[in-house]
Order: sequence, then structure tokens, then C-alpha cells
Amino acid sequence: MVLERYDPLVDDVDAFRAACERPLPSVVRVNTVKTTVDRAMAALDADGHGYDRLDWLPELLRLDSDSPGTSWPYFHGWLYGQEEVSALPALVCDPQPGERVLDPCAAPGSKTTQLAAMMDDTGTLVANDNNLGRLSALRSNAERCGVTNLVVTNQDARNLSLKPFTADESDEQPPFDRALVDVPCSCEGTVRKNPDALDDWSVGHLEQIAGVQRDILRRAVQTTREGGTVVYSTCTFAPEENEAVLDHVLREEPVELVEFDVPLETRPGVTEWNGEAYAPSVERAKRVWPHLNDTGGFFCAKLEVTA
Amino acid sequence: MSGEDFAAYDDPSDGEDLRENRSHVFERLPETSADRTVGGRPSREAVVDFWADRFGVPRETFDGYTFWEKGSGKLWAYAGDAPDGIDVEALGMVFLRVRQDHWKPTTDAVQRFAGRATENVVHLDDEQARRFVAGEDQELEWDGDWGYLVVSHDVAGAAEPIGVGLYLHGELRSQVPKGRRRDID
Repeated sequence: MVLERYDPLVDDVDAFRAACERPLPSVVRVNTVKTTVDRAMAALDADGHGYDRLDWLPELLRLDSDSPGTSWPYFHGWLYGQEEVSALPALVCDPQPGERVLDPCAAPGSKTTQLAAMMDDTGTLVANDNNLGRLSALRSNAERCGVTNLVVTNQDARNLSLKPFTADESDEQPPFDRALVDVPCSCEGTVRKNPDALDDWSVGHLEQIAGVQRDILRRAVQTTREGGTVVYSTCTFAPEENEAVLDHVLREEPVELVEFDVPLETRPGVTEWNGEAYAPSVERAKRVWPHLNDTGGFFCAKLEVTA
Repeated sequence: MSGEDFAAYDDPSDGEDLRENRSHVFERLPETSADRTVGGRPSREAVVDFWADRFGVPRETFDGYTFWEKGSGKLWAYAGDAPDGIDVEALGMVFLRVRQDHWKPTTDAVQRFAGRATENVVHLDDEQARRFVAGEDQELEWDGDWGYLVVSHDVAGAAEPIGVGLYLHGELRSQVPKGRRRDID
């Protein structure tokens, strides 16, 4: 089976395997563009929905039921169904009110709407996706959440053009302060949510998708200002899609990996895999194995643009 | 072309050199009717007047927002920066339909901007609110104006706007879009 290939990277193989077998609980994030966590909890209380507040991010609620979509607070756009660990990269990106922020692989919008809320729905948030069907889901999710600082574009993120943002008489292409590059991936880490996630797995697919990931991350670095922050994330365990992508982009673009703290238990990025050695600084990336915090699997790195 | 609400909230007198709407890009609304360059496009001032006069939404609710038209009569409210004529898929949120007799707010705009509405707000009890979000039309006593109303109900101990209803002949017709309708648990 696919997951066996990661045994050398995991500290507790049995716990890892057991966690991958368990289904994930239903988690929602309170959308603070439209309400407060207290009001959203009061609305769930009034409707008789049980929940636990997660201690690492106060906006996250773990629900007893699995149908948040038919509750009053959901209809009001106060809740967004989002896997717990996928709330991590926006936290690492840490966008500030008034900034210009890029989300190049945005649909269906859980991380986009989280970024908008962190920006207090101010500044400019560019959400791109290459798939029109998924963009339509992104648009309706963003509108339900009341997000108004959003520009939605339909481009290939590998050669994202800033031309739409350039006024006719100008050639200024305003760079971004931050980017959250949550790339399409082989999704191995979502096996708890979607047991079929590994059915189409192949090394050839990994290599093909890693090429796309490298190009998307490079373009995001190129469109971010000097000193700006780029966060790279996937929901997969494969070093080919994680540390190897970072290693490549570190060599090609003026960017470095920076240290960061997160309120979850993590393991450092791996510097060797299948006979390949990566830049030592990829250790600064963080791996979230499913058994560490009882979540899905995740990978997250924080980069700073140096020129 | 202009329509009843356009005449009520704006100055519909046609200027000399008005051009046609370019419906495939986002074009910014003129600040006032005197700044109009595109036929039938209401001014920002008229749109703010509409929300304030019809629903009592405080004018400052829209401070910091620019208004744009893309498509025919689809208006968008946007909080960020963008050049006029930008060719993208979405800019902020769709918040008002114009270029029709009666201007119609969207469900999501009412939820986002009409929390402080005081006029033409019909407040439903829980049972009525469930029927409304399921998309049902219902008979209702209402002494106020006919036409598009803000619909609200109590949630977590306070009134909140849910969406838009069309009130005609003793009946409140739900305007909740099909994809947004829910049978609340």
C-alpha cells in the first residue's frame, strides 16, 4: 500500500496507520466577517447542536453532528465547513488588514474566506483558480461569507498575469505582500476524509504534479514584493511534492525558508528521501502527521522573498 | 430603459454622449448623475440613496466601498483596489440588480449590509423563516409598501436579516436563490 513508503519518516508507524483508518470529525470555522465566535456558538446552542471549541484556533468548532449545512448559523454565512488542519496555512501566512494578498489555487474557498476574515475584509485579496466549475463554488462560498475584498480570476497559476490589475495608461504591476500557495496535490493526507484518495496513486502522477507545484510556487514568489511572505502548503506526505519542490524553488528564485511556530504538534521537513538530498533549510518546513494531533495530514512551509 | 427606481433615485435625463455598457468587464459607477458616461447606469450616490431611503440602511455602511457594473445591471460592492475596466470573474460581491423597474438587492448583500435596516423590513417567526429559506411563498399580513423587502428573524437572541422577499397581494414570495435554499434542521 502507498502509505508504507513513509514508514522510514514516521516516528510511530502503528499510530500513523491507525490514525489514517479513523474518520475525521466534522469541523467548522466561524466566519468573523459576519459574526463573532460567541454569537455563532449561541446560535448552535439555540438549535441544539453540540460542539467543542478547539483550543489551538478559537474560530474552530468540532461538531457532534455532521450536517452543519442545514443549520441557521450556516445559512447566515457564520460557519464554513473546513478540515481542522487546513486552517493552519492561513494562520502561518498571517495576512494583515489593508494588504495585497494572493491565493493562486483558491477554490473552493475555505482558506480564501479565512484569509479575508483575518484581513478584516479590507485590502485586496486575489483568489485565482484555473477551473471554472470550482471558481463558481468559490464565488458562492465567498458571497455567503459576505467577503467584499476579493478579486476572483480564472488563470493558470503557473503564469499568473498581473496585467488585469494594471490601469490602461499605466504599466505598474502592483506586487503582493503575501501569498498562500496551497497547491493541487496527490491528497494522501486526506485519506481519513476520503478513503478513495489513494486509489489513483502512482509515482508518475507524483512527478507530473510536482512539476506543476514548482511552477506555481515560483510564479507566486515572482509576484510577491521583496520582504513579502509566501506560504507553501499541501495535504500530502510525499517529499516529492513537499521538500523537493521547496529545494527546487530555493535554487531558482530569490527566496529563503524562515522559522515559524504553530500551535500544533509537528515534525521538521525531511532533508533526504529516496537517495536525494535537499537543502538543509527545508527542515524549517513543518509536517503534520495524522496521529500527532488527530487531524488530516499536512505540510506547510514559510518563505520570505529576498529580492 | 431607465425604470421606476432609476427615476426615483437618480436623474434619468440622458446626456449628450452616453455610450453603451461594456458588459464583459467591470466598470465603476459614476459618483453622481452629472459624472455619468454610460447610458442607464445609476450613480453611486443614487445607489446609496436607495439603500438609505427604502431600507433605512445608514449611508456610512458603504463608506470605503466602490460600486461597479458587470453584466447588464448587475452591481458589485468592492472594498479593495482595482483599475476601471478590469476584466476578471468577480470583484467583491453582487449586491444589487438595476436596469429593471424595481432595483433588487441580493440575498447575500442583505445579510452583509442590511443588519441596521429599519424600513421595509418584515420580521418572521421561526416557522415562517424556515418556510422562507426553503423557498416557499407564504400568505402574510403586512401594512407597509409592496415590492422587495428585507426579511429578518431572530437568531441567537437578536434580529438578523436573512434575505429578500417580494411582497404582492398579501403574499411574501421568497427570493432566496435555488442553490442557497435549505431545509433547516
